[in-house]
Amino acid sequence: MMEEIAPVKVRLPAHLVRLFPDGQTYLELPAATVRELMDALETRWPGMRDRLCDERPAIRRHINVFVDGRRARLETPLRPGADVFVLTAISGG
Amino acid sequence: MAQKVLILIGTKKGAFILDSDPARKSWSLRGPFCDTWPTNHVVGDRASGRIYAGGGNEWFGPAVWQSDDFGASWTHSSRGLAYAEGEAPVKSVWSLAPGADGVLYAGVEPAGLFRSDDGGESFTALDGLQKHPSRAEWNPGGAGLILHSLVLDPDDPDALWVGISAAGVFHSADGGRTWNARNRGTRADYMPEDLRYPEHGQCVHCVVKAPGLRHRLYQQNHCGMYRSDDGGVSWQSIEKGLPSSFGFPAAAHPRDAETLFLVPLNGDTAGRFMPEAKAAVWRTRDGGASWQAMRSGLPQKDAYFNVLRQAMATDTLEPAGVYFGTGSGEIYASADEGENWTRLAEHLPTISSVETLVVEA
Repeated sequence: MMEEIAPVKVRLPAHLVRLFPDGQTYLELPAATVRELMDALETRWPGMRDRLCDERPAIRRHINVFVDGRRARLETPLRPGADVFVLTAISGG
Repeated sequence: MAQKVLILIGTKKGAFILDSDPARKSWSLRGPFCDTWPTNHVVGDRASGRIYAGGGNEWFGPAVWQSDDFGASWTHSSRGLAYAEGEAPVKSVWSLAPGADGVLYAGVEPAGLFRSDDGGESFTALDGLQKHPSRAEWNPGGAGLILHSLVLDPDDPDALWVGISAAGVFHSADGGRTWNARNRGTRADYMPEDLRYPEHGQCVHCVVKAPGLRHRLYQQNHCGMYRSDDGGVSWQSIEKGLPSSFGFPAAAHPRDAETLFLVPLNGDTAGRFMPEAKAAVWRTRDGGASWQAMRSGLPQKDAYFNVLRQAMATDTLEPAGVYFGTGSGEIYASADEGENWTRLAEHLPTISSVETLVVEA
């Protein structure tokens, strides 16, 4: 029997979610790594992974993902109930 | 049948649209659209009426936006708008060109070309430019290694030209799979004296196709203005009679292959603004043999603005309208082929591009 993946708590920036229908800034999604979280976001809102990740593949240069207070990469594991913040870096003019 | 005219404006902070009836005397401004993303190019597909906007956001990457209701609502996509895994990521969309049968081409930074066959929902990379033998020698221009000029051949759906800063002009006869450099006769003044006419590496700023004449192109380059009568295989200078050899945009007339509009600036090391701070659009009626400064209604004092490479366009009405947008956020329009000018908007963000769309109201 497959082990069920526990949900993590995800906060998304308002100027990201407004690009997608019915976007919301807080949700709980099952994911064991940041990469799986990106896949889950893509399933929920097709196109969202492209906004957060590039083709290297990596989290985009001016996007920061923090997991339980530490800056994360796609490979970073997520504990059940982890606090995930997706933030936009200081950028622009 | 009643028509309406749209001026499609790409700016550093979103897209804007100016609307008018065909008299082109009264305009109203809408926007900003595209969530205020840096929007490099906004174009209309005359066949479908759909508007596309291309750009890129420092946070969220490149995207093409689409509107089927003349800008009232927008969606966006970048599905497939990516290079192979491990390559430098696509940063931004710089040019869009709707072609026959609903095809949409998108030029990007770093320089490359994508094609969509489903109205901008998804894209496929045409990797011929990445594989070009000279690719490793291409150097970025001031705005990056950008594919900003995208010129389709109305007589051959497989033929297209691109302009890349600062790699030069390239032509494909097979839908973008393979490319040939088309820069013979254009200068690179920034190279050592004996290397000023290289096969590639010229800093092209804008390429446009003249109507009606199959092989007539015009080019504004960092170093000169040019005409080609053989599809870009060779270029002849047409800068004699102009106040400088430097400028960014070029706009062809919708029906007359001999008419071209340019906006020469005072020079690449002199500030890159209007010569003597007096604004003028320069028009030729004889394929570049002679030039006339069109100034009526344009500021003739303290005009320290530029006009960027994609920021001038004509419409398809009679007489043709001419439009340009400035780096300081103004839109100027002429409804009589450049004779008289009116300012339609001011205080917009820096304007990257201006295009027009004439539709049945």
